Amino acid sequence: MSDISTSSPQPLFTSKDLVTDQDVRWCPGCGDYSILKQAQTVIPELGIPKEKIVFISGIGCSSRFPYYMETFGMHSIHGRATAIASGLKATRPDLSVWLVTGDGDALSIGGNHFIHILRRNFNLNILLFNNQIYGLTKGQYSPTSEEGKVTKSTPFGSLDHPFNPIALAIGADGTFIARSMDRDPTHLKDMLRRSHAHSGTSFLEIYQNCNVFNDGTFEIFTDKATKKEETLFVEDGKPLIFGKENEKGIKLDGFTPKVVELGASASPDDLWVHDEKDRVKAGILGRFFDNPALKPDHFPRPFGVFYTEDRKTYDSDINLQVERATEKLGEGDLDKLLRGKEVWEIV
Amino acid sequence: MDQNNSVLERVIIKFAGDSGDGMQLTGTQFTNTAALFGNDISTFPDFPAEIRAPQGTLAGVSGYQIHFGSVNIYSPGDRCDVLVVMNAAALKSNLRHLKSGGTIIANIEGFDAKNLRLANVPEGKNPLEDDSLSNYRLVRIDVTKLTRAALVDSGLGTKEIDRSKNMFVLGFLYWMYNRELDNSIKFLTEKFSKKQDVLDANIKVLKAGYAYGETTEAIETRYIVNPAKMKPGIYRNIMGNQAAALGLIAASKKAGIPMFYGTYPITPASDILHELAKYKNFGVRTFQAEDEIAAICSSIGASFGGHLGVTASSGPGIALKGEAMGLAVMLEIPLVICNIQRGGPSTGLPTKTEQSDLMQALYGRNGEAPMPVIAATSPADCFRTAFEACKLAIEFMTPVMFLSDGYIANGAEPWQFPKSADLSEIKVTYASAKEGEKFLPYKRDEKLSRPWAIPGTKGLEHRIGGLEKEHETGNISYDPENHEFMVNMREAKVEKIADYIPEIKVDSGSDKGKLLVLGWGSTFGAIKTAAADARAEGYDVSHAQVRYIKPFPKNLGELLYNFEHVLIPEMNSGQLIRVIRDKYMIPAIALNKVQGMPFTASEIKDKITELLKK
Ligand code: SF4
Repeated sequence: MSDISTSSPQPLFTSKDLVTDQDVRWCPGCGDYSILKQAQTVIPELGIPKEKIVFISGIGCSSRFPYYMETFGMHSIHGRATAIASGLKATRPDLSVWLVTGDGDALSIGGNHFIHILRRNFNLNILLFNNQIYGLTKGQYSPTSEEGKVTKSTPFGSLDHPFNPIALAIGADGTFIARSMDRDPTHLKDMLRRSHAHSGTSFLEIYQNCNVFNDGTFEIFTDKATKKEETLFVEDGKPLIFGKENEKGIKLDGFTPKVVELGASASPDDLWVHDEKDRVKAGILGRFFDNPALKPDHFPRPFGVFYTEDRKTYDSDINLQVERATEKLGEGDLDKLLRGKEVWEIV
Repeated sequence: MDQNNSVLERVIIKFAGDSGDGMQLTGTQFTNTAALFGNDISTFPDFPAEIRAPQGTLAGVSGYQIHFGSVNIYSPGDRCDVLVVMNAAALKSNLRHLKSGGTIIANIEGFDAKNLRLANVPEGKNPLEDDSLSNYRLVRIDVTKLTRAALVDSGLGTKEIDRSKNMFVLGFLYWMYNRELDNSIKFLTEKFSKKQDVLDANIKVLKAGYAYGETTEAIETRYIVNPAKMKPGIYRNIMGNQAAALGLIAASKKAGIPMFYGTYPITPASDILHELAKYKNFGVRTFQAEDEIAAICSSIGASFGGHLGVTASSGPGIALKGEAMGLAVMLEIPLVICNIQRGGPSTGLPTKTEQSDLMQALYGRNGEAPMPVIAATSPADCFRTAFEACKLAIEFMTPVMFLSDGYIANGAEPWQFPKSADLSEIKVTYASAKEGEKFLPYKRDEKLSRPWAIPGTKGLEHRIGGLEKEHETGNISYDPENHEFMVNMREAKVEKIADYIPEIKVDSGSDKGKLLVLGWGSTFGAIKTAAADARAEGYDVSHAQVRYIKPFPKNLGELLYNFEHVLIPEMNSGQLIRVIRDKYMIPAIALNKVQGMPFTASEIKDKITELLKK
């Protein structure tokens, strides 16, 4: 499924080289550990010199990530990693920039920058650790928390309708939109590789368990007992099949998706075949977002790459403009500039 | 007809009309011609508060004042000698700015029943026809009719024809002040290079206005304002925002690092963006961000990457940038923040000027977040000040606030521009990795500044952030002593700059005496004029303008203690004065004006004489 070709046979450094001298300060059992480990495993394979890698984060539990990565890094301010990374990438397209953010950081306080970075399509990777809660401030509901959620700040249940991050990213014209989870290392590693390989803003939503303030919120998708029934791992060119025995599939009836039983009534040939380049269908797939607890008759939650497209990147364009202007007008001559168009002399 | 010529030392003209009447263009054309002629000049555009105010109303009046002379000119001047009004509203809102006995040049058509009503002139009255203007010399010209007559064969529609009536006025004034038309014809030829009919029409009307002066007896005297005796050299005309943009580019060139300008459109700062966006071949990357916060944050990202990050805004936008400025203080990376101040609070008076963001510049961040603040004193000085802001930012690894305001940002004056070779060097200190040594991102040099460690440099991998950091290592630290140490260190580093900046000198007057007028920012011209006028009348008064406000020049206290009294005029309710009183414990006297308008020299002079008469 993936077309990764950047792996170099001789890694420039190892996972161990990415470990910093700082103690990792997440709660024991936090999903962040797994994400850190997968990132430290994948990055050495990518063939990028270590000094060319930059991790930028905002504020929140996930945003401590850069401190644990022996690369360049900035732990910035709440919601603004996207904006900082934009400026960095605009000036330094040669760097491999990774943004680590959370549901509150990216979608609440940083919501504006989030949609704008997607439409501009800077060539960088956004890892959104979605735990559907505010962990660092000790347990308030987040913009991805389910409606009615009882938290410290919502003892009578939250009134907010949650964001669907995938649908939001599709709506903002993102060019690479994917979802994975902390508890599926193989899939997560694969998605990290794909994020890196994509030229443009790669948006990877990672379901991450906050075992202290929102334990088990994704259990239905991650637990062996329910995972096959509740999740749908999509791959380009493959039919949408899921279920304990891979006995179910999704069929498209016009624009309406339907769950069908494979066998007597339907064969894999009748099913919706995933096409990563199909924006309309990605929109439908992104809407598979029912809360299983509230809706017994629901679609499985998709994981994998929903959508990807090749589109020019802002960082290459902004530098191209400078190059072209320099070609056309010649390298700026400061004395000519200071002199301006019209002068007069006083003797 | 041969008119008399009378020689004048200085003249103030105000062009006023509806925003659609092209008064800004008329004013800038007159200005450029005067500048090229060799007059000293100072200008002040007075924009209407509302961009789409209904035509003919008081809210829609747009003005442009030019002060030009054969003597040195330091401000756009107080009251004008000549007031050009295109309609009744323009007269009504500007008459108080005209000297008694001054000349009014009025467009008759702008005083028809409809225009009089829109200007709220009482029913049945018309100032052009009653004797209410008898204290002035009134020159009534039917500009619209004459323009239409000049273009009767042009083939243009009435609407288009009427659009060139400002050229008639310009032509008439060129005649009145013995000016050549060449410069404006050249300008029009460039502007309308693709519209031959419009170009022809404008030139024709410009000439018609000139001929009108010559052939009628509208005005019996023409005036000569000889070139000024300025310092020999080559000059150009420059506006404040333009000068700021050039200062930034010059600094980027001198430092040898490209500039990144992240910004969000806001009045009156946007012209810096418009200017910079033209100079991509100077390596300038302009980025119109989604909001003010993204504007500064993208610039922080660029600086982290080794470019010169610059952002600009006005008060409301600066307020939004507060948290990010604090981050830049904490990271200790170069960043220039330009605040082109306007009337506040909140949205306030976007098109009017004020100096009310000084406290915001000094203290408008959470925590102890010291940042150098430097203020430009005139349109041309915006160049030097912006350049110095960049130099300090790079050499001291710190965000720096550059203060300007709507008055000097849009005002213009002659500028004896420097040669690039004469600009001071800007030294960039990069970190480099040393074998077997752990890189310490916050290890300081003798300036207390840390080295710039650019991503991509092998062996310098490190993390920085907004959390308090341990001395030298930069690791997160919650240690109480370390925090206090670092707070003091960041303050000491900014104060250390005082060792590297010039001492303050009096601009005029003696070094010791009865009264020092201490100004900052755009009040420079008005104070300079006021002090000179007062000294001419025998008063013992000196003037100094403080450009570095954080840190102050080392000898500022010494200078202040040399005077019996210190007067501080500010276009706010008293901000610098609080800092001065607090730091130097002197009973400085305030003179405040918060009207969205700059001081006139006479307002300051009156205060000087009042204080010295006692
Ligand atoms: S609070 Fe939750 S998200 Fe934060 S570190 Fe602890 S477990 Fe992880």
